Amino acid sequence: MNDVIEQPGLWGNAWRQLRRQPLAMLCLAILVVYVGVWVYAEATFWSAKIRGVTPAYKISNYDQRNLSPSREHPLGTNFAGRDNLNQIVQGTRIAFEIGLLTSVIVIPLGFALGAVAGYFGRKVDTGVVYLYSVVDSVPGILLILAIAYVVRSAVDRSVAMQTVTRYVDSGLLAVCVGMGFTGWVGLCRLIRGEYFKHRDRQYVLAARSLGASHTAIMFRHIMPNVLHLIIINFSLRFPGLILTEAVLSYLGVGVRDEPSWGAMINDAKQRLWLGNWWELGGATLAMLFLVLALNIFGDALRDALDPKLRTAEAKTG
Amino acid sequence: MSAYIIRRLLSVIPITIGVLLITFFLFRVIGGNPAYRIAGKNATPERIAQISKERGYDKPYFLNLQNFPREVFDAQFPRLLSSLVRFDFGISASTKQPVSRMLREGFLPSLCLTVPLFVIDLVLAVALALLAAYYRDTWIDRCLVVLSVLGMSISSLVYIMVAQYWLASEWRLFPVWGFEGPQYLVLPVLIGVVAGVGGSVRFYRTIMLDEMYQEYVRTARAKGLGGRTILFRHVLRNALIPIMTNVIVAIPFLYTGSLLLENFFGIPGLGRMTVIAVFNGDEEVLFATTFIGAILFVLANLATDIAYTWADPRIRLR
Repeated sequence: MNDVIEQPGLWGNAWRQLRRQPLAMLCLAILVVYVGVWVYAEATFWSAKIRGVTPAYKISNYDQRNLSPSREHPLGTNFAGRDNLNQIVQGTRIAFEIGLLTSVIVIPLGFALGAVAGYFGRKVDTGVVYLYSVVDSVPGILLILAIAYVVRSAVDRSVAMQTVTRYVDSGLLAVCVGMGFTGWVGLCRLIRGEYFKHRDRQYVLAARSLGASHTAIMFRHIMPNVLHLIIINFSLRFPGLILTEAVLSYLGVGVRDEPSWGAMINDAKQRLWLGNWWELGGATLAMLFLVLALNIFGDALRDALDPKLRTAEAKTG
Repeated sequence: MSAYIIRRLLSVIPITIGVLLITFFLFRVIGGNPAYRIAGKNATPERIAQISKERGYDKPYFLNLQNFPREVFDAQFPRLLSSLVRFDFGISASTKQPVSRMLREGFLPSLCLTVPLFVIDLVLAVALALLAAYYRDTWIDRCLVVLSVLGMSISSLVYIMVAQYWLASEWRLFPVWGFEGPQYLVLPVLIGVVAGVGGSVRFYRTIMLDEMYQEYVRTARAKGLGGRTILFRHVLRNALIPIMTNVIVAIPFLYTGSLLLENFFGIPGLGRMTVIAVFNGDEEVLFATTFIGAILFVLANLATDIAYTWADPRIRLR
């Protein structure tokens, strides 16, 4: 009597549904390529760091400035004679680092506040709602700009932070802090709503009657049921982060000593007038394909994992 | 209902205090004594001390416990609050102009840009979303979805640069830079619409489609109503609530303008002003804009709630 039918489960079902959508699978393939490029860029960056040499993408070559595309430089060279394609590869690394670093702030903050607010309700909830209403009532990009600017100047002044900025660009750090402390609101709302729904379910009542503590119920019992929201939220938030970084670069607080796509687009602006469109075009396309793939795949993933979320998200903003 | 409105209006107090605390924390606590920024790089310590004294930067941040209890509120943040409440925004440290005048001069250019942008975006997006919902699961719908996702995946910087370079500078269809007449606004508004409409279409389409699968739509179809009547008479009306939430909540942000477009096209609005203020550490401007912004935000949220009762008679505010 041990012929138990294997249930595919949430992830198995989602995967089966995704596999039927050619567009989503194409986007997944694109994402895999980007992750490959990212790993390669990270490897070259760290190997240069560890050996203590200047990485190839940072070596200036003033005899070869602003070259047109050629066999040697498929996308030409930039103002310092650096190969544009190589810059774009490193830009992929920056984009992923921004996504991850920001999430390091957003996910714990948004999740913890959302869970506590939704689970306890009442005064705790009022407090959390107050917190995110405050963040909401300032224009997003202005708040990010202000935080990033202030944090960057504080980091640059601080001696203690020098060990950190040796490895992470202070502009990148500041941008991530700015986007992190504004970006948690969306996730918090989502998680809060979900905890509201779960806290009176029978399995929670059962756990409570067996004497489980609030922390155990929140994190051991309810959390597994809402974890997929973090992944959906991440895949849909990531493209926004990449686009926002570009805007911040233009406004002057973006990544400074590393070739982010936003910084490349901004640099390219000054040479568009010379008919030098490949630098702008290359960075734009690199950004476009990643953002597009993330948008489409994120959408498909959300529909596969949680079909009701689409409208819930649209209605609460 | 009036009790509800009063309660909501009172929430303006904690929200504005919260917003000002963030600004205060960023620019005074982390940012350090603003006197250094005002005095410039080569200032003497005496000059710094003098500015600090004049502007009260030498006082404690929140509560003055030295002179307890008489002058306990003689501290930086309470003083800031009391002057803002009296709508006394002070004098900008970098432009030496009264902030109230800067705001008055800046908000009109901003609104000239954002209001047409907002209206065109809204009308176009709702129309396209209705089109997509009407032809759902056909090639028209699919094209619209793909185009809108594509549109939102391109950086707005690229839209601006490409349009400014080709349309304005190369083909001379529009002025490149400045704010001297209505023709200077055409290109920024156009770019803003193109860059923003994709996201809006996708958003409204989701809302419409959600309504399309409700039971009242099936009933309407069963009793023989045509597709168009269902769409405009029933679906659109029911979709009004989420649409209104989205629209009204966006209104307070119109007055701060568009940071990017104003900077690129040299429109002397509040967006440009606040960006410059961030870089100059010009707190007076930032305190004033965030203060007004927070008040408008609370008012807009209240307006959405009231609009709900108007759109949906089942909703009662208590």
